[in-house]
Amino acid sequence: MTTDTRSKPMEPATAAREQPSARKPIYLDYSATTPVDPRVVEKMIPWLTHQFGNPASRSHAYGWEAEEAVENARAEVAKLVNCDAKEIVWTSGATESDNLAIKGAAHFYRTKGKHLITMKTEHKAVLDPMRELEREGFEVTYLDPEPNGLVDLGKFNAALRPDTILVSIMFVNNEIGVIQPVAEIGEITRAKGIVFHVDAAQATGKVAIDLANLKVDLMSFSAHKTYGPKGVGALYVRRKPRVRLEAQMHGGGHEKGLRSGTLPTHQIVGMGEAFRIARVEMATENERIRMLRDKLLAGIRDLEEVYVNGDLEHRVPHNLNVSFNFVEGESLIMAMKELAVSSGSACTSASLEPSYVLRALGRNDELAHSSIRFTLGRFTKPEDIEFAVKLIKERIGKLREMSPLWEMFKDGIDLNTVQWAAH
Amino acid sequence: MAYSDKVIDHYENPRNVGSFGKDEEGVATGMVGAPACGDVMKLQIKVNKEGVIEDARFKTYGCGSAIASSSLVTEWVKGKTVDEAASIKNTQIAEELALPPVKIHCSILAEDAIKAAVADYRKKYAVAEREEAALRAVQDQQQAAD
Repeated sequence: MTTDTRSKPMEPATAAREQPSARKPIYLDYSATTPVDPRVVEKMIPWLTHQFGNPASRSHAYGWEAEEAVENARAEVAKLVNCDAKEIVWTSGATESDNLAIKGAAHFYRTKGKHLITMKTEHKAVLDPMRELEREGFEVTYLDPEPNGLVDLGKFNAALRPDTILVSIMFVNNEIGVIQPVAEIGEITRAKGIVFHVDAAQATGKVAIDLANLKVDLMSFSAHKTYGPKGVGALYVRRKPRVRLEAQMHGGGHEKGLRSGTLPTHQIVGMGEAFRIARVEMATENERIRMLRDKLLAGIRDLEEVYVNGDLEHRVPHNLNVSFNFVEGESLIMAMKELAVSSGSACTSASLEPSYVLRALGRNDELAHSSIRFTLGRFTKPEDIEFAVKLIKERIGKLREMSPLWEMFKDGIDLNTVQWAAH
Repeated sequence: MAYSDKVIDHYENPRNVGSFGKDEEGVATGMVGAPACGDVMKLQIKVNKEGVIEDARFKTYGCGSAIASSSLVTEWVKGKTVDEAASIKNTQIAEELALPPVKIHCSILAEDAIKAAVADYRKKYAVAEREEAALRAVQDQQQAAD
């Protein structure tokens, strides 16, 4: 039996399901990472083999063709977010983009002021550089979100100071999927001449991004959240009005001196193709995924004591983050081993701490401990959702039968009045 | 989290889940932990007249190893006297289940749950004994008066 699988690449999620021996859980963790779209893989491969040139080589055809591929990809990334290709700087991923944007801008504009603003619900790739800048003498305001996860513009305005030089607020939250009012914040920061950085790692291909109209100065992108390869990302650096950065990586002066290092042509080509597909297919894909997410939510809502974390309206259709009261998160994930989901964010799920994002929303410890993030994507199928709903209902029922807190709740005991023997 | 087969087995097939009736004879309850810490264990023992634990039940809110630890101790305490049960050490539980270092606190909680149930038993039993003694004294006095 010989079949040519190259001409018809199998969808990765389906491939895993069709082999009973290697049966893997249903993947509902697309915000952690996505499989590389088979169409993207196909475009990448030649740049690893016979088209292996260094895009910085100016003296022969190997270099010229690689440079052309890199510039085509740069144009594709720019097109998805409606900016000039010259404003895109390649990096190794959104973490590097965040570091370059935040530390680079703070260092460049340090003589203008020392105050920075961000939110408590940002990704660690933003919070940690902020902490580093605090050690260097900068002052940082960490805004609390509203209970729905969104920033309050009144509170944001109140936090601004005459010496504020940089604001960093993410487009789409990685844990709860809420969409921050980036356009409104941009109006405020531009009027005051404050640099505005947006981490858009979770936004590309999910919300329309129009940098010609958004008053955003710096924006971070990642390929692997949008069906591209891991290890490549980009930073948008506005040219009009021009934003300046201090480079964090020094070397051969690649990317106009902002980020030295040989460009990984195959990775960049992959990101370009992934972002091209995202641009072409976003509208139809989002509608399909929204229907599946709503179906999942409707199924889960049959259960008692289920709380959706984060605003449902200002939210990407891919995300559903819910707390199952009186059930602990890790046991919940074990109970759902047929589903690949996460409790809190992937970076923190190894620790015993509840999600800092849910804590910032004001969720109590029990609810923060009992949260599950379901994130849907391109290869999620209706039958996956049907299976998930059935499984969740059955397993939550089983865990609650085992939970002393559920028993007390059913007996009408207010758990807040109980004197716990804390350890 | 990579768990041992024993933890997985207890988690997937927990032993003795449930609660005894509130008014059942010889039942004592220990509840330890706090929701804020991510785990709460309720262990109930049913003790016969000879002070031997005849049966046990548990309910646990917590991670897989907390559930496994409490399931395991319901098996271990059965057939033991309350004194023997109270001497079970968390290290024995951790060893039996091969708990990873970050989950040692689950075994400590299970040991605490046994101790709390035994303390509850002693408190109730001692009260019952005192009441019986007081009743006998009253009856003796009445007999003497007759």
